[in-house]
Amino acid sequence: MHDTRQTERPLEDASAAMPDTSVETKPGLTVKLEGLRAFYGEAEQVKGVDLEFRANEVTAIIGPSGCGKSTLVRCINRMHEEIPGARAQGRVLLDELDVYGPSVDVVAVRRAIGMVFQKPNPFPTMSIYDNVAAGLRLTSRGRGDLRAKVEAALRGAGLWNEVAERLDEPGAGLSGGQQQRLCIARSLAVDPEVILMDEPCSALDPIATLKIEELIDELKQRVTIVIVTHNMQQAARVADRTAFMLGGKLVEIGATQDIFTKPSDPRTEEYVTGKFG
Amino acid sequence: MSSAGSSSDLLARFDVSPSRRRKDRIARTGVLAATVLALVPLVLIVYYLLRRGLGSWSTTFFTTDPTGNTFFGGSSIGGIKSAILGTIEIVAIASAISVPIGIGVAVWLVEYGKGSWFANTVRFFVDVLTGVPSIVFGLFVYIVLIVGTGSTYAGYKGSIALALLMLPVVIRSAEVILLLVPGALRESALALGAPRWRVIFSIVLPTALPGMVTGVLLAVARAAGETAPLLFTAASTHLTTFNPGQFMNSLPVQIYDDVISATPAVEHRAWGAALTLVTMILLLNLIARLISRRSRLA
Repeated sequence: MHDTRQTERPLEDASAAMPDTSVETKPGLTVKLEGLRAFYGEAEQVKGVDLEFRANEVTAIIGPSGCGKSTLVRCINRMHEEIPGARAQGRVLLDELDVYGPSVDVVAVRRAIGMVFQKPNPFPTMSIYDNVAAGLRLTSRGRGDLRAKVEAALRGAGLWNEVAERLDEPGAGLSGGQQQRLCIARSLAVDPEVILMDEPCSALDPIATLKIEELIDELKQRVTIVIVTHNMQQAARVADRTAFMLGGKLVEIGATQDIFTKPSDPRTEEYVTGKFG
Repeated sequence: MSSAGSSSDLLARFDVSPSRRRKDRIARTGVLAATVLALVPLVLIVYYLLRRGLGSWSTTFFTTDPTGNTFFGGSSIGGIKSAILGTIEIVAIASAISVPIGIGVAVWLVEYGKGSWFANTVRFFVDVLTGVPSIVFGLFVYIVLIVGTGSTYAGYKGSIALALLMLPVVIRSAEVILLLVPGALRESALALGAPRWRVIFSIVLPTALPGMVTGVLLAVARAAGETAPLLFTAASTHLTTFNPGQFMNSLPVQIYDDVISATPAVEHRAWGAALTLVTMILLLNLIARLISRRSRLA
């Protein structure tokens, strides 16, 4: 580990010895889908899926375009219902709790289940610092030692060393890969138990992609990760388990290695060997 | 080289034909002529305003109220102080009414009502309001607030007429800007666990702010130049007042009064007042442009 102290400001003395990424271990939560169905108006996009995302594991969802994988993850933190006319049926259990339960606060669900989108989207009016703090401020938790929390989140996203000297600069001025890690830091700051990633690297170059993948590997020690990807090599690199979806249904889920080397369903084999998709 | 033929064949194939050159020249000349034609009245207006108006500008012109004395000419007719201040007061009150309401409507249309029949109905009526002639707003206020209450003219009644006129402009411009705010920003804020009202106040409105300020300034500029809604709501008077319950002078109404007066000196004052009004509106437009240039959305 290289010495980070030169880049420190006096303010962060206490944390000066911390490595760039904090390897704090914390249990994530298991997410279980039971008979999940999702609709856009009358069109059924996810047609009854039962699936378990184990705590502190990385689960990849692969499948051809339009198979419902993005819709499926958007149901987990109830972002699906933000689209006019969209609704979901079935149960999504966060540990024991059904996030679609009648007394459940949507806002609390989204604080526990963070999300990183396809395109890096830092808030354009805000500095790097404010972008990370935004998650806390927007959820009325901006009090206390905000600065320490921002630093911890930036370290968690492996971005601290690159931005420590220019926290006041606009977040939109960073490179694409840095912006995406800023977005990851932003969701880490609210301290979620689960992070959903919807094709987080599809807008990034290979080197930036590699950084995010390394980061995912570290993050799973504190959160459960669900990653939707078009890139099968990426699934093979980062995921402990991989799920294959087709036409709104789950075809199979298994250890990543098994899915890519000895899938039990012929359709999975056709897909991972590039026969369609 | 290749079987396609010699390079001179290739040149001929890619040559612009004479008839296309000719059509191009005619079309270019046509649109240029239209542009020049449109510029002529614009240039003439500015030219006459400067030539006739600049001469009447002086310190006393801006610092004295009109006297109402139109017979003796010279400085005895007074300046346009009450008209300048009146216009500023009337438009300021009108903005204070129409801007919060208009932005509220736009936020509702974009963030909450999207796609609902009620939102579509509201949008339709806003469009209708945009096309309503300004004198109709004046008439409406006259009937409701002056005839209806059996009272008389007042500055704030002129403000209400202008506010009604500004409202659809503010709503539509704010709506367009709010629609430009990327949905991904709202999504990522919502996905952080932010309540919707916070997303609107902390993310959507700050992002849209420069564009909305521009829209508001353009609405203000439009309202400041209106005569018809003020004629029988705020009326005209000579004295400067800071009481919106009294008759209030304004630049457009003063110009109107002065132009229909028969004395050359008073007519001259109308030119000076017109130049003042145009300068004020031009400044507002310039500020609006500067702000919109700093926008992150356009």
